Amino acid sequence: MQPLIELRNVTKTYGTGDSAVHALRATDLTVRAGEILLMCGPSGSGKTTLLSIMGAILSATSGSVKLLGQEIVGIKESRLPDIRLSNIGFIFQGFNLFPALTALENVEVALTLKGLSKSAARKRAQELLEQVGLADRMKHHPADLSGGQKQRVAIARALAGDPKIILADEPTAALDSQSGQLVMETLSTLARDRGRAVVIVTHDSRVLHYGTRMVHIADGRLEEQAHGVQQSNQIEHEGVTA
Amino acid sequence: MTTLAWKNLFYDKVRLAVTLTGIVFALILIIVQFGLFLGFLDTTANVVVRSGVDLWLTAPGVPHVNGAAAFPEKRRYKALAVEGVDRVERFALQFAQWKLPTGSQESVQVTGFDLDGGMGGPWNIIAGSVEALRGDDTIIVDQLYLEKLGVKGLGDSIEINQRRARIVGLTQGIRSFTTSPYVYTSFKNSQNYTLLKEDETYFLLVKARPGVDLQKLKADLKAAIPDVDVFTNDEMRSLTQSYWLFTTGAGVTTLMGAVLGLLVGIVVVAQTIYSATVDHIREFGTLKAMGARNSYIYRIIIEQALISATMGYSLALVAGWFVAKSSETGNAAILLPPEMAVGLFFLALAMCIMASVISIRKATSIDPAMVFKS
Repeated sequence: MQPLIELRNVTKTYGTGDSAVHALRATDLTVRAGEILLMCGPSGSGKTTLLSIMGAILSATSGSVKLLGQEIVGIKESRLPDIRLSNIGFIFQGFNLFPALTALENVEVALTLKGLSKSAARKRAQELLEQVGLADRMKHHPADLSGGQKQRVAIARALAGDPKIILADEPTAALDSQSGQLVMETLSTLARDRGRAVVIVTHDSRVLHYGTRMVHIADGRLEEQAHGVQQSNQIEHEGVTA
Repeated sequence: MTTLAWKNLFYDKVRLAVTLTGIVFALILIIVQFGLFLGFLDTTANVVVRSGVDLWLTAPGVPHVNGAAAFPEKRRYKALAVEGVDRVERFALQFAQWKLPTGSQESVQVTGFDLDGGMGGPWNIIAGSVEALRGDDTIIVDQLYLEKLGVKGLGDSIEINQRRARIVGLTQGIRSFTTSPYVYTSFKNSQNYTLLKEDETYFLLVKARPGVDLQKLKADLKAAIPDVDVFTNDEMRSLTQSYWLFTTGAGVTTLMGAVLGLLVGIVVVAQTIYSATVDHIREFGTLKAMGARNSYIYRIIIEQALISATMGYSLALVAGWFVAKSSETGNAAILLPPEMAVGLFFLALAMCIMASVISIRKATSIDPAMVFKS
């Protein structure tokens, strides 16, 4: 399968000199279309930093980061929003929905960012919410939705730009088992049936079996984990060079 | 985008109320403090501003309109001989003692003007008339000071410097900056009340012919009558306002109050808008993560600020109008002229946009990892 994310010798250091903090050390990683990569690790291990670099919202200190074959290290910062908009969908632990907007409007915002007209955005937002099973909740504000429903709105929003890459930060942490399962099945479908690369940061043992691959981060170092995830022999193991 | 800015503001009614309260409070503070300042300036020089005079002739060294000294009236004839002068009228403005019915005394400022020319006369007459001043011992006072002067209204008689005076007219809103109300009378009567000699005057008021260059006429008058000072109406206003503004504690206090009101208002609005923006910082971070450009976020923030400013201004203007209206019957004038209302609108917009710009820096320098935290 086509590699959608390629990291080569990527480092991230905050500060300089004695006070420098090495959040990420010489990391290599490839994520391919159709893959569900689970990332685990303790707090402060560098998971969020890695996710942010893959999401083009944080620049690597050194190394190479390619999204869909395009090198993003060293390019103008002003070009990054377009790269995020076109290629990446984010799902957050805290949902990060706009509380003042209805479910429909939350998805519409992402579509209008893509340049769709108001009527086209509304039509597409309705389709996306129907896809995630929220046809009857479109006019509800986030405060009137359950955790699982909020996360599905967030998924619909993340899919608004039809991105090839989905980055999810603890998407099930705030959900009960049933809602968590529904969310993970939606993400699995996206990877399996629609060829998206899905990267999930998680501590939730309930979701491990959804992953096709799992990596562990500790002290900014990445380690591939052998675990009982779905077998995907086609996944290439890039290893760790730290 | 309009939807997001508008809905962000109106979704949380309590937060909107807090934001608007901050803006309204700040703008009312500015309205009151600046209104008091404008009222102060107006009160100190109202008899000059509304005099209809082109040039004032005074005894040498007169510091302001309330500090006149007597000089020979015959200078009037020299002034009339100067090319460009249309007419010259005598004018008196001098402190005198008003005897209250209780026997105690109040200080007043007797204002004597030429009844035929009318320069320096009263305005806003609500009862009686200027014509009634042609009778002996007749005066016009402002209704604001009736109680202070111990009288009820038209027809009441009292004594000024031990000479009888009868009220034949009432004005509304002719305030005195000092504690001494203005008492209007004919110049002839004022000579009696102020113990002015028959051949003296405190001022000569000059009306120029239409189209005459006032600066040239001023120079010509000075050359023709070297032993008087000549001021344009604007100079006399400025002299008087500056005197009361900078040489009295009240003036400096009012000025400082206006400056502080403006500063405090700016700080309150800035803080209010900043807080309202920072409350949405996570949403802006999410928008950035989704691929929104900074310009998109700027527009939302500025739009929110403009909506807040317009709403806050509208509410503050209504409240300010009531404050100004209620001050009409009080001793301290709070003015809210149209120019100030318009200026305040642009000030409110500028303050809110400035505060937004500060907030924008915060919003666009968000730690990207922030959006990943629950």
